[in-house]
Amino acid sequence: MAHSASIDNNSENIWNGNAEPLKASWGKLMMWFFLLSDAISFSGLLVAYGFSRFSHLAYNPAVHGMIFKFSDTYWPIPEKVFTHIPFAHINAPLVFVGIMTFILILSSVTMVLAVEAGHRMDREEVKKWMLWTILGGFAFLGCQAWEWSIFIQGSEEGRMLLDGTKVYGANLHINEYGPQLFADLFFFITGFHGTHVLSGVVINIIVFYNVCLGTYDKVGNYEMVEKVGLYWHFVDLVWVFVFTFFYLV
Amino acid sequence: MSSHHHSDNIHEVKIVPRDPQKVKQILKVTYILGGVTAIEFVAAFLFPKGLVLTSLFVLLTFVKTFYIVGEFMHLKHEVKTLIWAIVIPTTFIMWLILAMLIEGSSVFEFRQWIWG
Repeated sequence: MAHSASIDNNSENIWNGNAEPLKASWGKLMMWFFLLSDAISFSGLLVAYGFSRFSHLAYNPAVHGMIFKFSDTYWPIPEKVFTHIPFAHINAPLVFVGIMTFILILSSVTMVLAVEAGHRMDREEVKKWMLWTILGGFAFLGCQAWEWSIFIQGSEEGRMLLDGTKVYGANLHINEYGPQLFADLFFFITGFHGTHVLSGVVINIIVFYNVCLGTYDKVGNYEMVEKVGLYWHFVDLVWVFVFTFFYLV
Repeated sequence: MSSHHHSDNIHEVKIVPRDPQKVKQILKVTYILGGVTAIEFVAAFLFPKGLVLTSLFVLLTFVKTFYIVGEFMHLKHEVKTLIWAIVIPTTFIMWLILAMLIEGSSVFEFRQWIWG
């Protein structure tokens, strides 16, 4: 009778338990599988966006006039909608969202550097790089909040409706930029992503706190930093997709 | 939760000095990501909107995904089975995206046909 104490660990039996067949710990594997399921959730939302967008009329200068103006008969051009930057009243299409992308990618880089320092058990370096990552996360959240407020507030001219009233800014029922779905999907997708960034920042703070306490020196490895790093890179990756499909396409 | 604050483990933990090669690799990937984003930005303003531009964006996003997932998330250096466990479901997602874009266009055509 085989005792549970005897471990048969040659290569044919790595799938029989008591081993790591994918050479990754349980925690890391579960994080990967969670990220996969979360990717499917975001894909559902982005697919809804793509479907909505393609089922609406696109702006055509030949049909709608050479000078672009907002209308709910056709989908707006993103670089005409997202033109604001803080502290300056100039037309700067997509500049602010470019800055946001830059901030998030940089925070991903500092996260990689934190993980790299964790591999070397270098507690002070891990603290330093995680702090930069957390700051980058907060900066991104602040930028996103500002972007929302400008989007909701609207432009000075607004859009004239058929009955003579003007609509300024955006809410879930009517917006000055285009069809109702445009604003709805903007809020939902960037909001869902922003929530992920917020939860990522909170988790990063918790792990940072543990790094300061010396928890991972006691445990013997900094794998928690790595796992949390995977989540943060996922959040960055989703932003890359959202940025491409919302603002560029 | 431990309540004593003295770092009793610090003198036992051996800190390995940084490997400049690894940092160089990380920075290299950073520059690639930055460069690709810059190209996407410039392309958004230079080229007219259409299938070609959208395909370019999808392709470049793919390149960025490859570097973020492969290098930053370290997937390229994991066991092959884990790599496939992540990559294969993703191909199904990509098919879903493509199918829904086609579907959206088809709905648009039908609406035009019905309502003119």
